[in-house]
Amino acid sequence: MPLTDMNVFASFVLIFVSAAFTDNILLARFLGMCSCLGVSRKVDTSIGLGAAVIFVTSCTSALNYLVYTYMLVPLELEYLRLIIFIVVIAAFTQLVEMIIERVSEKLYNALGIFLPLITVNCAILGISLFMLNKPYSFWQAFAFGLGGGFGWFLAITLIGGIREKINEASLPKGLEGPGITLIIIGIMALGFVGFSGMIKI
Amino acid sequence: MLASILISVGFLLACGLVLATLLIIAEKKILNYGTCKIDVNAGKKVLEVDGGSSLLSSLAEHDVFIPSACGGRGSCAYCKLQVLEGGGSIGPVEEPYLTKEEREDNIRLACQVKVRKDIQVQIPDELFSVRRFRARVEHKKPLTHDIVELRLKLIEPDIIEFEAGQYIQLESPEYKGKDSVMRAYSISSVPSDNHYLEVIIRLVPDGICTTWVFEHLKEGDELNLSGPYGFFHLSDTEAPNICIAGGSGMAPIWSIVRDMKERGIARPTTYFFGARSQADLFFVDELQQLDKELPWFTYVPALSGEPEGSGWAGATGLITTVVDQHFPDTSKHEAYLCGSPGMIDASVAVLSKNGMPEENVFYDKFS
Repeated sequence: MPLTDMNVFASFVLIFVSAAFTDNILLARFLGMCSCLGVSRKVDTSIGLGAAVIFVTSCTSALNYLVYTYMLVPLELEYLRLIIFIVVIAAFTQLVEMIIERVSEKLYNALGIFLPLITVNCAILGISLFMLNKPYSFWQAFAFGLGGGFGWFLAITLIGGIREKINEASLPKGLEGPGITLIIIGIMALGFVGFSGMIKI
Repeated sequence: MLASILISVGFLLACGLVLATLLIIAEKKILNYGTCKIDVNAGKKVLEVDGGSSLLSSLAEHDVFIPSACGGRGSCAYCKLQVLEGGGSIGPVEEPYLTKEEREDNIRLACQVKVRKDIQVQIPDELFSVRRFRARVEHKKPLTHDIVELRLKLIEPDIIEFEAGQYIQLESPEYKGKDSVMRAYSISSVPSDNHYLEVIIRLVPDGICTTWVFEHLKEGDELNLSGPYGFFHLSDTEAPNICIAGGSGMAPIWSIVRDMKERGIARPTTYFFGARSQADLFFVDELQQLDKELPWFTYVPALSGEPEGSGWAGATGLITTVVDQHFPDTSKHEAYLCGSPGMIDASVAVLSKNGMPEENVFYDKFS
């Protein structure tokens, strides 16, 4: 059934699930790898960064959708989307960081310190760009951002959990750190490939 | 064609401008904490600062200098102080540097605490004597191929009071896109020479501050420094001393030995200086002169990599081996060490193997 014919809620759920699982931005597209390798050493920090990513992807996909449909398309400047999206995302994260820092120190320590890390995260830009491949409505675009962020959160938390366990084991010197993490990510990616083809939109 | 180029450029510019203005306004409005009071040592000094910056830099603006080697990035943990009130909760950057006892004592890293409201801190009294100095480079003299000696004339304030063994922090200015940083160097001059300071600096490859000193700083230039810092100095006991140093670790020992001479402290002192080859030795004549002149002082240079047949008659081998041979029993001695962490750890191991109690070992670790 084409997306436009479905009721809003059903399409919302469908897009969310497909963005989170079948098209997992970290494990199927391999985006956002740098911050993932850096921060996934512990589950706590993974959850913090993951939550920040969910928040930023959902907000920026909505923002970028508006910018694209109501500014870039009418002006026929679609080819500028890459650079405009980057600027919007960077400004948005900076702004949110300032607001969080002012409003709540607890929230800042849990979430705010990760925001500068994801200002130029490719996963976030990727979600904003991929969202244009399908004829989404505003809410569908938001669902895509939310689902994409959730998929990234899920992946980094799982990786963090595995790495915490693995750090207790004695590894060959050459495999420590990023080496073993990339292998873990590769094996997990194989698992996520199993989801592909489950949903076709 | 032209129109579309103009539109796209105009749109980009407008976009950038709008967002930049938004951010600037936000920074002014949201991150403005007004004037905050910092109460140092229960009313001993009360500072009024603009909120929003770190405690470390706010204190430095008002001439209270907390030691810091990394310049506020939260990686050296030198800037620990007690924040009694208004510091907020411990941030993730500080987390790894604070032990359980320190947390209970409200110890924080000054560079990570932001001044957002009135704040109460407790710092060691010695830090009040730390001053910021303007100084002029009187001479810059190469001692070996990678070590120079700087002699600095103090301009403002023009006099300093310190103990032999303490260190200062040199501020390198911004150059070639490098940030301004502060780095610690031990004072090698004697306390009685109180209008001048001398430091011995070894070139660290890619080091921001040392590269500046070696390549950009000229005689006659002016610079900023702060000090004195540190607790490395001669104790009040009568115990015989073993001093061990390598490279620019010469500085505090060179200061301490000459200070002892000036003040007539005749504690038996043996100074082991480790280097690779004869070319890495410096102050040799001066130290040998002191060795002859002072019955209580012995100078033992030891070379670890001097080629055979070079005519070197002194000790050879690793400094730790030489110390081990000279002092099989160190239980009654005190030790003063200055040099690289590797050298210090190895020396401490040898000294304690030969019976030296841990509390008799004093050191200044460079890294």
